[in-house]
Amino acid sequence: MSIHAKKASDFISNEERTNWHDGALWHVRNKRDISASKIPEWELLRSTASQIKENVLSNLDNYLIQFEEEAKKNGVHVHWAANDDEHNSIVSAILNKHNAKKVVKSKSMLTEECGLNHFLEDQGIEIIDTDLGERIIQLRDEPPSHIVLPAIHIKKEEVGELFHAKLGTEKGNADPTYLTRAARTHLNHKFFEADAAITGVNFAIAETGGIVICTNEGNADMGCHSAPVHIHCMGLEKLLPKAEHLGVFIRLLARSATGQPSTIYTSHYHKPESGKEMHIVIVDNGRSEQLGKEDFRNSLKCIRCGACMNTCPIYRRSGGHSYHATIPGPIGAILQPNRNLQEYSDLPFASTLCGSCSDVCPVKINIHEQLYKWRQEIYKHNELPKSKIIPLKVTTNILASSTMYNIMGKLARTSLKLLPDFLLYNKLNTWGKNRELPAPPKESFKEWYKKNKHE
Amino acid sequence: MNYTVGLFIPCYIDQFFPEVGKATLELLEKNGCKVIYPEEQTCCGQPMANTGMEEVGKKIYQSMGELFKGCDYIVGPSPSCVYHITKHYDVVEQTPEIKHLRAHTYDLVEFLYDILHIEKLEVSFPYRVGLHKGCHGLRGMQLDNPSELMKDIPSKWGHVLGLVKDIQMTELTRTDECCGFGGTFAVAEEAVSTKMGRDRIADHVNNNVEVITSGDMSCLMHLKGIIDRQKSNLKVMHIANILNGDHI
Repeated sequence: MSIHAKKASDFISNEERTNWHDGALWHVRNKRDISASKIPEWELLRSTASQIKENVLSNLDNYLIQFEEEAKKNGVHVHWAANDDEHNSIVSAILNKHNAKKVVKSKSMLTEECGLNHFLEDQGIEIIDTDLGERIIQLRDEPPSHIVLPAIHIKKEEVGELFHAKLGTEKGNADPTYLTRAARTHLNHKFFEADAAITGVNFAIAETGGIVICTNEGNADMGCHSAPVHIHCMGLEKLLPKAEHLGVFIRLLARSATGQPSTIYTSHYHKPESGKEMHIVIVDNGRSEQLGKEDFRNSLKCIRCGACMNTCPIYRRSGGHSYHATIPGPIGAILQPNRNLQEYSDLPFASTLCGSCSDVCPVKINIHEQLYKWRQEIYKHNELPKSKIIPLKVTTNILASSTMYNIMGKLARTSLKLLPDFLLYNKLNTWGKNRELPAPPKESFKEWYKKNKHE
Repeated sequence: MNYTVGLFIPCYIDQFFPEVGKATLELLEKNGCKVIYPEEQTCCGQPMANTGMEEVGKKIYQSMGELFKGCDYIVGPSPSCVYHITKHYDVVEQTPEIKHLRAHTYDLVEFLYDILHIEKLEVSFPYRVGLHKGCHGLRGMQLDNPSELMKDIPSKWGHVLGLVKDIQMTELTRTDECCGFGGTFAVAEEAVSTKMGRDRIADHVNNNVEVITSGDMSCLMHLKGIIDRQKSNLKVMHIANILNGDHI
């Protein structure tokens, strides 16, 4: 059994919890539908966004250089990181220069990808995730299970217990308002004592050298405004050519993510306040390699809205952690194999190829088609388990010969009739664990046709 | 128009659901088509390709082109297999036969709607019916409007079922969620697959459906497997059988 299948099976063994998880995410998908349906030009917006990103990916080198130049003119320090190690070293050097020991961080999947938290903690730096969901999972010492809703797998009662243990809230109190207030008090202390703030980046504008950060909690702004140094970490695909293009993406992002017209805060950062320092770290970490793969390059259009997770019938039932990856769900399943084909070879198979992910994607990434293409790559690179290869090779040989097919078909139908249930429903018969096999008919269509239609 | 139609019967329908093949054949003949059935056909190669073994499976593709080269159209009762031919046969040499096959292969309902423009059916089906929209037909071929898309794509399934007398089409809570079959996914991810199937069935049951129908027998085979294990009275029937006036 693949890692995903095993973890999914474990998650589903608590069916009540699976239903709750599925329902919570389906609710978010519904909110997205309602929100999108109110925009008559929704599909045009998606196509436009997709085309703008197409232009970005085709001219990425020029836009990156332009962005750096403009940002520098604004007095921003720009750094380039080829990989996660370089990214972490750059951030750590900036913090050391300012002797920063306490750092607040707003949501950034990139810093998750680079393992920044543990890297800094190992150097004795306190790094606090300030997004409420992220703080919850940080206190639980586990990775996010969703890119927008990182603690979606945790129930409020569990948050109550966690906060009681870690933040000293009343035992047994799981009231969301009470718990959120407690988190706010806790985080406010962290904001005020922070030596530096780190954020992710939603969009970077080549024309202006500015960046845009979208949050619902204002935590990125709290951090940047209170700390003397702010560092913004971005993947190199986050660029948009012009500020006017934001009009397309801002309309799509929050509607796709949660059904909101826009996030509560859409903050534009162009230059540091006087006396402060602003840094931008531009990270490759495998992205330019993905850009070079024709079949997979447009996965870099992703704006991290999470809509593909909310709609995915597998994700909703298997939980984000079943993907054992920084980015879970359908988009993760096409991004992660680029990082490590061997480690993530199970993910493109964690799908029925239903295509719902591609239909909700605000930048029209053909996710399910890329899943199909990754499967072909995985076979070519010998990462397909023998348990799959051998039966299918045998099957192909049977199917390639009409005679063999007819004989084997008859055998299969006869054996289904003759074999007692206990032989069919043994441990080897995964189909029959929770399902019956079809009752075999007395003759195949072909046999019937020969008898009845052959003149 | 009297079209010569090549009947494409997917392997699992041939072996396990011959009644679906018969209904397809009869429907086409009733609607004036001259139907030929190339008996050497086996399978479209989808099970291999979906598992990543397109390289192995594609040796079947060219023979499919050869088998159906004389037909005006090629029609099969399975959007999933039809989608595989039209969409994924791009990886072999595009001979005139393959080009013809890819351009002229239709799902049964798609053919009735797009080519025969069917407006009348002299059949009755007095049951509460839930339509399971198989994903390849829905999102791959847009035989209906996917719930995610803010478009107004006509429902080809809805149109043909609407021609059946006494049928009561039932609204579902989740109109087009995947059933979890997914080919080898059904076995490789057994836990998720059967959970998805149970959830689909519950939606039909909760909305008082008596018969689940679909263009894809593979989805129904999976759902029926679960229904039978649950010992439920819910029935499944391929859309071809309903349109052909067959009885439960």
